[in-house]
Amino acid sequence: MIEVSLARPADRVHDVCRRYAPDRENLIPALQEVQETEGFLSPEAVDAVAGYFRLSPNNVYGVATFYAQFRYRPPGRHCLKICQGTACHVQGSGVLLDAAQRTLGIRSGETTVDGDFGLEELACLGSCALAPAVVLDGVVHARQTPKKLNTLLEKARS
Amino acid sequence: MNLFAIRERARAAWAAFALPGHPRILVGAATCGRAAGAMEVKEALAAALGEHGLTDSVPVFEVGCNGLCYAEPLVEVTGRDNRRVLYRNVDARIAARLVESHLVQGEPFMKRALCVVEGNPLEGLPKWAELPMIRPQERIVTRNLGFIDPGEMLHYVNRGGYTGLERALALGPKGTVEEVTRSGLRGRGGAGFPTGLKWGFARKTPTEPKYVICNADEGDPGAFMDRSVLEGDPHAMLEGLLIAGYAVGATVGYIYIRSEYPLAVARLAQAIEDLRAYGLVGENILGSGFAFEIKIKKGAGAFVCGEETALMASIEGHRGMPRAKPPFPAVSGLFAKPTNINNVETLAAVSAILERGADWYTGFGTEKSRGTKTFSLAGQIRRTGLIEVPMGIPLRTIIEDIGGGVDRDKACKAVQTGGPSGGCIPGHLLDLPVDYEHLAEAGSIMGSGGMVVMDEDTCMVKVARYFLSFTEAESCGKCVPCRMGTQHLLRLLDTILAGEAAPGTLEQLRGICETMKCASLCGLGQTAPNPVLTTLRYFEDEYSHYLAGEVRRYRIEAESCEGCRACAIACPTGAITGDRKRPHIIDQEACILCGVCLQSCRYNAVSFVFEEKAAR
Ligand SMILES: Cc1cc2nc3c(=O)[nH]c(=O)nc-3n(C[C@H](O)[C@H](O)[C@H](O)COP(=O)(O)O)c2cc1C
Ligand code: SF4
Ligand code: SF4
Ligand code: FES
Ligand code: FES
Repeated sequence: MIEVSLARPADRVHDVCRRYAPDRENLIPALQEVQETEGFLSPEAVDAVAGYFRLSPNNVYGVATFYAQFRYRPPGRHCLKICQGTACHVQGSGVLLDAAQRTLGIRSGETTVDGDFGLEELACLGSCALAPAVVLDGVVHARQTPKKLNTLLEKARS
Repeated sequence: MNLFAIRERARAAWAAFALPGHPRILVGAATCGRAAGAMEVKEALAAALGEHGLTDSVPVFEVGCNGLCYAEPLVEVTGRDNRRVLYRNVDARIAARLVESHLVQGEPFMKRALCVVEGNPLEGLPKWAELPMIRPQERIVTRNLGFIDPGEMLHYVNRGGYTGLERALALGPKGTVEEVTRSGLRGRGGAGFPTGLKWGFARKTPTEPKYVICNADEGDPGAFMDRSVLEGDPHAMLEGLLIAGYAVGATVGYIYIRSEYPLAVARLAQAIEDLRAYGLVGENILGSGFAFEIKIKKGAGAFVCGEETALMASIEGHRGMPRAKPPFPAVSGLFAKPTNINNVETLAAVSAILERGADWYTGFGTEKSRGTKTFSLAGQIRRTGLIEVPMGIPLRTIIEDIGGGVDRDKACKAVQTGGPSGGCIPGHLLDLPVDYEHLAEAGSIMGSGGMVVMDEDTCMVKVARYFLSFTEAESCGKCVPCRMGTQHLLRLLDTILAGEAAPGTLEQLRGICETMKCASLCGLGQTAPNPVLTTLRYFEDEYSHYLAGEVRRYRIEAESCEGCRACAIACPTGAITGDRKRPHIIDQEACILCGVCLQSCRYNAVSFVFEEKAAR
């Protein structure tokens, strides 16, 4: 989970950026670290990053939106990612995704109304030998079934 | 520090790791071990050791993936007798039993013992090298996986590590390129371009500075070879990167690694720090005058960034879109400077080749495909895992001997190699030798090493659709044939699967495929039709059913149904009803033909027939 300090977002983002030389090469690493600390790329964060790297915000959006990793809305308190890679696919990851969507009442890419859970799809996390796999808050769980997944979600909720 | 002094230290470190007469425990703690619960097992082991007062006398080490991933979590216990026993499917409860039985009472816990890795044989237990999964393998790239502590550079050194770099420095850049050329090594990232030749191009370009890149993007979903190597033996690749840098005259090496692999990133960062501490990166490496820095760049989730020119654009901080070649990276690559890019496995093979010599390496594999290839064996197969085999080995040996055959004793319908750029090799071609040429002839590609096994129930049209949905989403959109082609193919496959395709659809599919193959800008678009083309080539009859307006209709056979409710729980529409322990039935009105019930039944009670869609 993400801890947010009391400083203004723009200041926090600026602090992150300052760890990098303002070269174009460092734009993506800086965005990645901003997302790690802030949870997502807010308009203020993008403006701050753009200012630091002397680019226009549009330019920064242009780069960021190319990559699936970046988010523009706050994530849920818990983040569930379900692998849809080939190995997981043939071992029934579609069912898992369906089940998670039903249990959480959201579609992948969305966050529950109470902000508890965000659901995302993922193309392979390298645990294909123990498919299907999911990642809950950064921890990989192998050989999942809808039932096991529900237990995981319940545990996370409590 | 010179290598002599490093080796002294390595011997001491190894002695502490593998001290004769001293017990120890190894826990397989790569990503998939952890996913299966390795860290809980490690805690349970520590607790049990504590209970028996063994905490100080029995060290517990984390090791990488030994390849038997199906049996995770894996634990290896060595007693005072130096016999190393590997245990499979260990959980917290079993962990306590292992300590009690093997270490306290001196009796290996036979119920979960898989094999004897080293030491005196045990009645009824095979040796490591005799395991059916291991016997056909030849481990070069994976030489240290599961046998060293990947966080300890000195372990790598003690097993011969950095001898290859030493030899390269003695051979000189030109000699090193020649050695790699002579080894016959071809790029393991997919295209199979001769590595020595590529190095030669970059070496000969006069512009400075030059760069080398390790491509660790591993975007093929269903592939985890590169991850396993980086997590379990990062120095095998890093030594190769140093050698490549020296051979082409580069001063900086980049590692572009996908962010989905946090453990591999952490291991690499640690390994690079160690290299710096021992003077193997930085200025004047080993007194040779060679200066080299290594930087890690994390990918941000775009498959196309595995393509070399897109990858370089991404490192530069741009959208990761490919560009037309030439100019090739060897002439103008990263920051428009000469750049050599290689895959993780290629570089890990390079370090072995320089250590043991090109002549040794050419002893493996075939005339045109030298050496070994790693594969990640996954899908509907008994023994999933990471394997490394000599080139030219029959596919059947991989599937039946190493993998133990298809799950639930079903027949093998197809083996998918090469991921979204590859194709499906049908079950009747299992005798195909696995090398670049034969796989290409069969319409697939070697690819980076993903190998997904599919059983007889698999719908091959759906498989084609799955890959197209992937490439359609990942197409960067720069060129029209790929951007529009993937969309069209996907839409056509959807109409086919719905049993609503117009006559002539197959011709249309083939036409689009041809256009994409010859007109797309990069490998993504050029190869995206492969899954469609190979399924059309080998499984056209399945397409025909759908074209005749038929769809798969699922049934549960009352005699075989145990009433376990697995299918009912899995069915997304609640179409399956029935009481526990009573035969279940499918409400055909509510069924959306997803096929999930077929997969979820352990008793083979669900089957399907092709039926006229209208007959619903
Ligand atoms: C769409 C696409 C994705 C690719 N993904 C990877 C990848 O994940 N890893 C990799 O090593 N090569 C990948 N390649 C191949 C690289 O472009 C390049 O050929 C390779 O890294 C060269 O290294 P090698 O000569 O050692 O094989 C990809 C190519 C294409 C067209
Ligand atoms: S072939 Fe596809 S991925 Fe490659 S450049 Fe064209 S649109 Fe982009
Ligand atoms: S095919 Fe899918 S929808 Fe139909 S019964 Fe089976 S699981 Fe349910
Ligand atoms: S396909 Fe799911 S972890 Fe690789
Ligand atoms: S044995 Fe653990 S990842 Fe393969």
